[in-house]
Amino acid sequence: MSGLRAEGLRVALGGKPVLTGLDLDFKRGEVTAIVGPNGAGKSTLLSCLCGLRRPDAGRVTLDDGPLLTFKPRERARRIAYLEQTPEVAWAIDVETLVGLGRTPFVGAMGLGADDRTAVAAALTRTGMTAFAGRLVNSLSGGERARALIARALAGAPDWLLADEPLTGLDLGHQYDALELFRRLANEGCGVILTLHDLASAVRCADRIIVLAAGRVLADAPAADALSPAVLAQAYGVDARVTAGQAGPLIEVLGRSPAASV
Amino acid sequence: MTRRAVFIMVCLLALLVLLCGLSLMTGRVWAPISAWFDRGDVRWAIVFELRVPRTLLAIAVGAGLGVSGAAMQGYTRNPLADPAALGVSSMAALGAVLTLYLGAGGAQPWIIATAAMAFALLAVILLLALAGMGSGMVSFVLAGVILQTMAGAGVALALSLAPNPWAVSEIVNWLMGSLADRSLDEVRFAAPFIALGVGLILFTGRGLDALTLGERSAASLGIDLRVLRGLLAVGVALTTGASVAVTGVIGFVGLIVPHLLRPLVGARPSALLWPSAVGGAVLVLGADILVRAIHNGSELKLGIAMAALGGPFFFALLISLRRRTA
Repeated sequence: MSGLRAEGLRVALGGKPVLTGLDLDFKRGEVTAIVGPNGAGKSTLLSCLCGLRRPDAGRVTLDDGPLLTFKPRERARRIAYLEQTPEVAWAIDVETLVGLGRTPFVGAMGLGADDRTAVAAALTRTGMTAFAGRLVNSLSGGERARALIARALAGAPDWLLADEPLTGLDLGHQYDALELFRRLANEGCGVILTLHDLASAVRCADRIIVLAAGRVLADAPAADALSPAVLAQAYGVDARVTAGQAGPLIEVLGRSPAASV
Repeated sequence: MTRRAVFIMVCLLALLVLLCGLSLMTGRVWAPISAWFDRGDVRWAIVFELRVPRTLLAIAVGAGLGVSGAAMQGYTRNPLADPAALGVSSMAALGAVLTLYLGAGGAQPWIIATAAMAFALLAVILLLALAGMGSGMVSFVLAGVILQTMAGAGVALALSLAPNPWAVSEIVNWLMGSLADRSLDEVRFAAPFIALGVGLILFTGRGLDALTLGERSAASLGIDLRVLRGLLAVGVALTTGASVAVTGVIGFVGLIVPHLLRPLVGARPSALLWPSAVGGAVLVLGADILVRAIHNGSELKLGIAMAALGGPFFFALLISLRRRTA
């Protein structure tokens, strides 16, 4: 059985349960959006899935091997993780930044010919070739986000896990980023995103997982996952879901009377 | 390495060779090249007994401090980090002073050096522990201030309780940091530890580069942060501890050198390591030659000269950083 799998995932932070026994299966070639209210455990789930956090119970397996038994380098070659608003500490140029995505591949001698090809390809995919020589701190928010996505793509990963990749992007750049994730999935990459914006999730994802209080409230194809009942339970809002031109439209009417805040 | 970085490296190495020649000539007695090869000349002994060890020590200490500074700045992602500024050198000095004090001057050099390296290691571990708790620049610098203060208090205590004036003057002399009157024994003693430390630090390049993206992203790129921290801690402790044990505290080298080189070779931490080693050697050797050249009865201590130079530099650096982030 191949794929990325969570079995009985349980995490507590400071005695407070964050994930309460999640069983999830992810397939390559799909975009999965994980949505849910603040504090639902989305980011924690993502860190477990990319092997950065050891769950208190349960495990994550990648192609049948427990993820925590992978060598860090081997794991990093297969799973790319894009942090929410990552820092770039030094004033390096875009090409150097994207080159950092080759870290799991390079030896002591630095980037080789293969690495340079992969960096150039990642720059092309994200439309950042013209910016290769620019310093990262001189980029606009949208350009910077694209450069960081290019960094994640430079390793040509099987899996791309991105935590709130649309934060700080305007509508046009959000659209471009989602298109890029879509294309990656079509090429066989497994894409897992945490998203706040439900419209983006519906538009881009094949599958939506609604997480609330560390539990899965819904896990279904994107068009069906967000029912008024689920939205009321997850966010405590009264919402109406209607068919729109590019997918279901979600209209928030007000706080639901049974708001579980 | 980019072509530009290679060019800078070649320039620095050429400068270092030039300074080596100058260093063998300069001092109370001017010794031209002709004197180096004439065993009958009295200056031959001065050159080989005094100036060769002094020059070698300046290179080793400078390279060690330069590369330590570059690596600490890379790890902390903070251009203000440096073994001296963050209290590592002071802690090493405290370790050495304690042995001087307890041994009342009779302490073996290897005991002094071991104590200096052990205290340096303790300091680095405390710093990394604090930095590893997800704290930013502020608590890191605060931790450095605390270490600095504690080490200073410890040294002051040792001075005030010193058994005799001779011990006091021994400690004070040594605290001020100098390369004067060192013999080949000290070189033989310190250089291997410094070389080992520098070697360990040079292995951290890939990890330091990845840390540009923060600890989580670096970990996701397959960097084992525990290994990186271990290499860095032992590397910095060996270089700083061994340097302080033979020369006393020479501050600011690790701060100034990477900062000056960053615009020239680029800000990528690994690209800075080798140039900072050579640059540190150039700076310490150059400053030591200057100190010898302007002697006036008694020689100015190198550590004091460095502090006099480094203090204002540190200040200017802080102001320019403020401007950039404001």
